[in-house]
Amino acid sequence: MNKLLVFVSIFLITFSSVSQTVEVCKSCSVKSIKEALTIAKDYDTIRLKKGTYKEHNIIIDKPIAIIGEDYPVIDGESKGEVITIISDDVLLDGLFVINVGTSYTEDYAAIRVRKSKNFVIQNVVLEKLFFGIYIEKSSYGKVYHNKIIGDAVEEYNSGNGIQLWYSNHIEIEHNYVEHVRDGIYLEFSDDCIIKNNVSAENLRYGLHFMFSNDDLYQDNTFENNGAGVAVMFSKKIKMLNNTFRENWGTASYGMLLKEINDAEIIGNTFEENTIGINIEGSNRITYKHNNFKNNGWAIKVRGACYTNRFLENNFLYNSFDIAYNSKVNDNVFDRNYWSNYTGYDLDKNGIGDVPYRPVKLFSYIVNRTPETIILLRSMFIDIIDFSEKISPVFTPDNLLDNNPLIKKVSW
Amino acid sequence: MLKILKYSFFDLMRSRWSYVYFAFYLLLGIVLLFLNNDLSKAVITLMNVIIVLVPLIGTIFGVMYYYNSKEFTELLLAQPLKRSSIFLGQYLGVALSLSMSLILGLGIPFVFYGLLKSNAIWDFSLLLITGTFLTLIFTALAFNIALSNENKIKGFGYAILLWLFLAIIYDGIFLMTLILFEDYPLDKLSLIGTMLNPIDLSRTLILLKLDISALLGYTGAVFKQFFGTSFGLIISFIMLTVWVILPVLRIVFKSKKKDF
Repeated sequence: MNKLLVFVSIFLITFSSVSQTVEVCKSCSVKSIKEALTIAKDYDTIRLKKGTYKEHNIIIDKPIAIIGEDYPVIDGESKGEVITIISDDVLLDGLFVINVGTSYTEDYAAIRVRKSKNFVIQNVVLEKLFFGIYIEKSSYGKVYHNKIIGDAVEEYNSGNGIQLWYSNHIEIEHNYVEHVRDGIYLEFSDDCIIKNNVSAENLRYGLHFMFSNDDLYQDNTFENNGAGVAVMFSKKIKMLNNTFRENWGTASYGMLLKEINDAEIIGNTFEENTIGINIEGSNRITYKHNNFKNNGWAIKVRGACYTNRFLENNFLYNSFDIAYNSKVNDNVFDRNYWSNYTGYDLDKNGIGDVPYRPVKLFSYIVNRTPETIILLRSMFIDIIDFSEKISPVFTPDNLLDNNPLIKKVSW
Repeated sequence: MLKILKYSFFDLMRSRWSYVYFAFYLLLGIVLLFLNNDLSKAVITLMNVIIVLVPLIGTIFGVMYYYNSKEFTELLLAQPLKRSSIFLGQYLGVALSLSMSLILGLGIPFVFYGLLKSNAIWDFSLLLITGTFLTLIFTALAFNIALSNENKIKGFGYAILLWLFLAIIYDGIFLMTLILFEDYPLDKLSLIGTMLNPIDLSRTLILLKLDISALLGYTGAVFKQFFGTSFGLIISFIMLTVWVILPVLRIVFKSKKKDF
């Protein structure tokens, strides 16, 4: 009985200490966030009422939850970093952070997470920012339902929306990022999950991977970014069911792969990009069930790409299906649907009886002399393409799809 | 002039060739739409057909009409009529009846298919506009050839050669020049080269709609300005109009001096 009483009292004490709430508003006793942070104990909750709080360099050094009611505005007045989290178990919810300072020597962020674990950042709106959410050397965090709207004009003086640096096991879901330099940027970050985000109108990349392995990105939409999505120097990345749209321009790609090995690219849609996927030095990648629609180039293969497999994709009305700049081919194209295929299927098994050659002579010519693009779809070009198709001289002669499908693949 | 135009126009409307031409486009439209089931692909195929066939038929038909109606023309010349109005009337009669066959022949199946509700309508109307321009240009060129050559066989030969040159050979030469001078900046040259050939010009116009994503892949300020803005569209249309006006002026000029 005594033991139980002690247990209950201990439980009550802990519970009451957990549920401590500090309220912050203009008319409350606590008027600023910094003040609230000094009063609050570990695992307390700070409730921020509606209003504008002109504060910067807010350092959260204890496990605490800051919950905003009706999106209170935290105005950094362009003086520097706004919120820095250096403790584990921190929750930020429902805040509106604006006016982060710009610096050329330091990466000021609206919210920075440094060396902490188990943080949650959700329902946060960031505007007029330099860097948005900057997560460094942290792990097991969640970044949900945030909206980041930058006003970046030039690459050199703008920051990234969500940046991960040496951070593992982070989940980034349902965020909306626009008008920053890189929408989401991962550097040396492994085992992260990036899901259901929209990254649009960014100056450089919608999503950018550097030296990050075993990550998954799924169901995201990347639209109208300066150069699309870049995945570089990373291993074992899974890219599933994403949409890449309208990335137009001279150095613009739906997706840029550079030094990527053992990745899986499945179920993605590439629509109206100048280049759907640009591949360079990437090996053992499986491309399956992707839709390439109305792109300038569906796939542009630069150098050193070996044992990649392109299976059951739909290539629909691209100006060029595949561009290839070498004569050696070690990649497999099998059972794809090509809208430009002109063969027949006499035995009615759904597979064309004549192999399809996805690389045209004209794409080789355009690679050499880019201005010739102006002759696209000319009758003369059709004639030389036809003669190249019959006897390949300039394009790799073993680059063909032996089983081109007659009907669009559906999955 | 209007009377002669009207006469030529109705004369042609009654003729077998107009019906064949009309029926051909009608069939083409129907086959493309109902076998393909995809409007955007049908528009691409149509583009290829229009760019090759419309100039060919325009030239051949123009030359043919001129030679066939030569006796009637000579009869008209004996009347107190202005020469320019006789020839312009005939020219417009041919060009308009051909354009009408094209527009109706392609338009009817597309309208039935539900084009008016689809968003391909702009691509499609652009196709028809360039098709009409090409008809106007190539019929005028054909009249020029016919006016300059008394010999029928020679006239037909030149007409076919003209088509062959502009449709195929020109692009071959163009491509070779671009490859030969690839070490030099070529954006201006390639744009000028396109302007000088009405077939290339109308092709580029349609490309601006269909393959814009590929065209924007090229690094070059001139290209970017041309393709990226409506500048390209406007310039192309101006050039097409110039291409109509110049041969028509030559018809007027030549017919005034010609000895019949």
